[in-house]
Amino acid sequence: MNEGSSALVLVLSGDPALYAIVRLSLVVSLSAVGLAALVGLPLGGLIALTRFPGRAGVIVLLNAFMGLPPVVVGLAVFLLLSRSGPLGSWGLLFTPTAMVIAQAVLITPIIAALTRQTVEDDWSEVRDELNAMGVGPLQRLMTLLYDARIALVTVLLAGFGRAAAEVGAVMIVGGNINGFTRVMTTAIALETSKGDLPLAMGLGLILIAIVFAINASAWALRLYAERRIG
Amino acid sequence: MSDLPVTLTKVSYVVGETSILRDVDLVVRTGAPTFVVGPNGSGKSTLLRLVMGLITPTAGAIEWAGARDPAPRRRAMVFQHPVMLRRSVAGNLLYALEQAGVEKSLRDRRCSELLQKVGLSDLADRPARRLSGGERQKLAFARALARSPELLILDEPTASLDPSATLALERLIAQAAAEGIKILMASHDLGQMRRLAGDVVFLHRGRILESASAKDFFEQPVSAQASAFLRSDLILED
Ligand SMILES: Nc1ncnc2c1ncn2[C@@H]1O[C@H](COP(=O)(O)OP(=O)(O)OP(=O)(O)O)[C@@H](O)[C@H]1O
Ligand SMILES: [Mg+2]
Repeated sequence: MNEGSSALVLVLSGDPALYAIVRLSLVVSLSAVGLAALVGLPLGGLIALTRFPGRAGVIVLLNAFMGLPPVVVGLAVFLLLSRSGPLGSWGLLFTPTAMVIAQAVLITPIIAALTRQTVEDDWSEVRDELNAMGVGPLQRLMTLLYDARIALVTVLLAGFGRAAAEVGAVMIVGGNINGFTRVMTTAIALETSKGDLPLAMGLGLILIAIVFAINASAWALRLYAERRIG
Repeated sequence: MSDLPVTLTKVSYVVGETSILRDVDLVVRTGAPTFVVGPNGSGKSTLLRLVMGLITPTAGAIEWAGARDPAPRRRAMVFQHPVMLRRSVAGNLLYALEQAGVEKSLRDRRCSELLQKVGLSDLADRPARRLSGGERQKLAFARALARSPELLILDEPTASLDPSATLALERLIAQAAAEGIKILMASHDLGQMRRLAGDVVFLHRGRILESASAKDFFEQPVSAQASAFLRSDLILED
């Protein structure tokens, strides 16, 4: 296992090129989660708390969008940002910003759909209590989002996991440019095809470690919250 | 701003084919506690929820101080199964105080007063969702008082309390009534009704069979169902 051990050496030696890639991955995916949360949390909450014609259709669509193929999202954002596209003048294509946008589009439906479900379940539980206190519509939304905060952190982590693991969208809109838009997943794909297995495996190890750490912290947070908040 | 009197005129509540309440006429006005009694499923909770304005009658009308607007102004309710927010005990009270429009600088003091009143001071920092059934009932009572209600609606508030906690809550209810808060409560406890009730509304299968002063209800119930209810708390099907 010569390649395995050189992968480990690469990871442990703190190879700067490798860590730049890891850092960019985290920055892009965390920004995407932030952006998606800004849209997805209120949107999911709003759909949970309102009744309007076509609501069932919106929910079905949202749930279906949870499974959007990253390459299709990448293609759509590519068309939007390409020089001849509607937002081409922004000059964002093949930049980290474009990658953030693509991943945000990918995971906003996930966050919105899961938030909708969570808030709606909570609402059916506390509806009478809140109505008896005369809580207005906006306050109701804020109250329920805050009340579901633990579950919603898990929702955000699910979004992050999806963003960090996808390769298709960032490959298309980022272009996998060395030192600029290369992230873990695109680097793994490239290095594997080039035959540089140690680097690919090193990155793979780190990716798995990050996913593991995220799930462990989500679990720990749940346990803590269940004890503290109930 | 006032909520009293609450006037129900020919109120019915029908879900699908089942009529849960039929032709209810009732006026809730200032005075001694009104008890709503009747067997399980007779419609007590539904009646209380209508008076609270949480559900809309399918026929008839409800007016609060002459207005049809169901937004709660000076009324509060303790539910049969109270639900708390995922916050501490004090956090739940502070939330209720905020919603009731109590000024921020006054909330902390009011919160500890209320906790003291219901005997939950030691549990102020506990997660409210972790309280026992009885503790939750007490917190729900404090939370209702946080609204400084004029009308306090209680749905079997002592159902899950031990005898001494029941007595303590009855004292709080009596105290609230003495302070001029109108109490409208559902109960199965005949002893409690004797101790607290000013008048009684007897429900049977969604109809008000009797509406009388507590004294009259106990001494000379008109309907056979009410007599049977008083004798054994058990009503045989007609
Ligand atoms: N939304 C609803 N849909 C269908 N049936 C309902 C609904 N709400 C209440 N009911 C029915 O109406 C009847 C009266 O219910 P309600 O809860 O008012 O009774 P209650 O007198 O409070 O009984 P308990 O003493 O058990 O608390 C019950 O048979 C109940 O199943
Ligand atoms: Mg009931």
